[in-house]
Amino acid sequence: MKIADLSELALRNLRESVLRNSLTTVGISVGVASLVAMLSLGTGLQQLFSRRLAKSGLFDTVIVSSRRELRGMGRQEERNGPTPGESRVLDEPARQEMERLPNVSDAYPDIRFVTELRFEDKPHLTMISALPQSAKSNDAFDGMQGQFFSSDTEPAVILQKSFAEELLGKTPALGAPEPSVAELAKPLLGKELTMRYAQRQNAPASQPPRETAPADNSSEGAAYSVVSREQKLKIVGVSDLDPESMRGPMRAKVFLPLRLAEDLHVMQPTDLREISRVASDEPVYSSVSVRVKNPAQVESVEDAIKKMGFTAFSILDASNSLRQVFRVLYAFLGIFGSLALTVASIGIVNTLVMAILERRREIGIMKAIGASDSDVRKLFFAEAGAMGILGGIVGVVLGWAIGQIINFGVNIYLKSQSVPPEHFWSVPLWLVVFSILFAFLVSLVSGLYPAGRAAKLDPVQALRYE
Amino acid sequence: MTTAPAVSVAPGTVAIRSENLCRHYRMGETLIRAVDGISLEIRAGEFVALLGTSGSGKSSVLNLLAGLDRPTSGSVIVQSRDLAKLSREELAKYRLHIVGMVFQSFNLIPSMTLAENVELPLRFAEVDRGQRQKLSRDALERVGLRARMDHRPSELSGGEQQRAALARALINRPQLLLADEPTGNLDSHTGTEIMEMVRGFNRDLGMTVVMVTHERALAERYAQRMIFLADGKLIDDRPNAPADTARVQGGQA
Repeated sequence: MKIADLSELALRNLRESVLRNSLTTVGISVGVASLVAMLSLGTGLQQLFSRRLAKSGLFDTVIVSSRRELRGMGRQEERNGPTPGESRVLDEPARQEMERLPNVSDAYPDIRFVTELRFEDKPHLTMISALPQSAKSNDAFDGMQGQFFSSDTEPAVILQKSFAEELLGKTPALGAPEPSVAELAKPLLGKELTMRYAQRQNAPASQPPRETAPADNSSEGAAYSVVSREQKLKIVGVSDLDPESMRGPMRAKVFLPLRLAEDLHVMQPTDLREISRVASDEPVYSSVSVRVKNPAQVESVEDAIKKMGFTAFSILDASNSLRQVFRVLYAFLGIFGSLALTVASIGIVNTLVMAILERRREIGIMKAIGASDSDVRKLFFAEAGAMGILGGIVGVVLGWAIGQIINFGVNIYLKSQSVPPEHFWSVPLWLVVFSILFAFLVSLVSGLYPAGRAAKLDPVQALRYE
Repeated sequence: MTTAPAVSVAPGTVAIRSENLCRHYRMGETLIRAVDGISLEIRAGEFVALLGTSGSGKSSVLNLLAGLDRPTSGSVIVQSRDLAKLSREELAKYRLHIVGMVFQSFNLIPSMTLAENVELPLRFAEVDRGQRQKLSRDALERVGLRARMDHRPSELSGGEQQRAALARALINRPQLLLADEPTGNLDSHTGTEIMEMVRGFNRDLGMTVVMVTHERALAERYAQRMIFLADGKLIDDRPNAPADTARVQGGQA
């Protein structure tokens, strides 16, 4: 029989017992809807996390430090690491070399120091770090009040919310509601801070080291001197989230533009250890952040940097295990979603077996006037398949609608909690196509037994039966 | 009348031959010999009546001739095809192209209109829709039901339903018409009407007709040959001179 005739007869037969077949189809729809709902929740959550992670700058960054420093910090030496003679100094040429590595978008030194900030004549000791202009896209500055630095040298600072609270003396009591960023930013934006810091000045080579210590805290034998300096900084932004949440105790609460920070030549902890090398004007960095164009390339970049003789660290491993978690979550959601479809497929078997009993005579007639076994089998297959496709289409629409409603509801809740709305429900095209195809296949499999039974029906028996 | 003559087999040649044809069933412990060693020959263009009481095996013979059932032993050869040796698929093709069947209970599909019922065999034969509609209209025209082609069987009288079944049996231009008590559910007037049509197919289209009936009078009136069966065996086989014109005779049972 031709496909057109098959589908026509199948649809006609479905219409004949419209209630029963509709109910079966509704069963499939519910199954598909639950599958679509589950998988689109999984997809949506995964996309949400990926989006967040990509913007957070956590997963595309490799943090590079000198091997010496690690030892200096008292950490365990890497067993396969190079001997001290092989390790390199993390200086400007090294940074530039990293920047030229394939798939690297930029490499910037990690400048980080503890210093004193004066605000309205009150001193506050805090950790400061420098940010490149590329950090502007960082997710942490999404809810920021004010603006990001207009240039890389602007004498400006961005404060983390908790430091803003400290400046205003508004540190909330435990359990009390936190003040909003907008509240905190209002009295601070545009105001000036005075930063007092220790500047490292290289001594002229001719001068003997001992005479070059005008400041109180110069080291003996150092080829440079340390000078106390002040810098006025304008508050341009107050960030809600913490851009350095992953750095733990080392995290900074005040941020400077990178170029400005470099030009200040602030004395850094590593300087002391690099004394013997700091003969030139070249700065030596305690660590360098290398940003990779795509999180997928982090591993190769990390390897390349290790080959250069540095210690490299990324949280790729963390991201890998996160991906693993999503894979498992996905499988679970899929299994739960499929469960309803499995139940629905039993409904198809039931409906078709009933149809065979009811249409026994009809099958006998068709065989008597020339229908082959395969004609009969195909007809039942077509009926199962038609129910599957119809149920699949209705189910996808239903699943999508459920997703929209839940998304809408959750966003109303998020709004009431003054959290920006999120799109955590996503029905990609592949899921639509896959769900309908899957429903079709499940239906065909369900039709296997009834169709075979119908095809094997003995026409003599079927016609005798009244 | 636009339906082309159905028969390509020259009249007088052997259309059906069976040799020691048997069909046995097992029903629990007992063996039922529904057909028990029947040998016969039917010539192309013959109108044969199979007579016998119920349980004599006449319907079983018809089912074997129709390819709906397979013999337990012996052979049945229809136009040089040994039906016992055909595959299920080949038997379906045989039923589709060689055989037309009508039944006592009409066996139209209730969910389909007359036109759809009549064209159903053409769907299995994968005939195009346009051709299908034309052929089914012609066939319904021939049995005088053109005006009712869009009705469902339940909206028609028994005689009309049997006429539609005849149109369906005719649609693939078969060489062999097998009728199983075609007038059994009809009053004698409509029964005669149907029989006249069958006779017309036999005479005008040259179809070989094998009709199962238990009404001897009906057989005597239409058949050229009467074969009597009892307990699955052939007990008599005699030629008959059918009445030439139909006369409505009331009170026949």
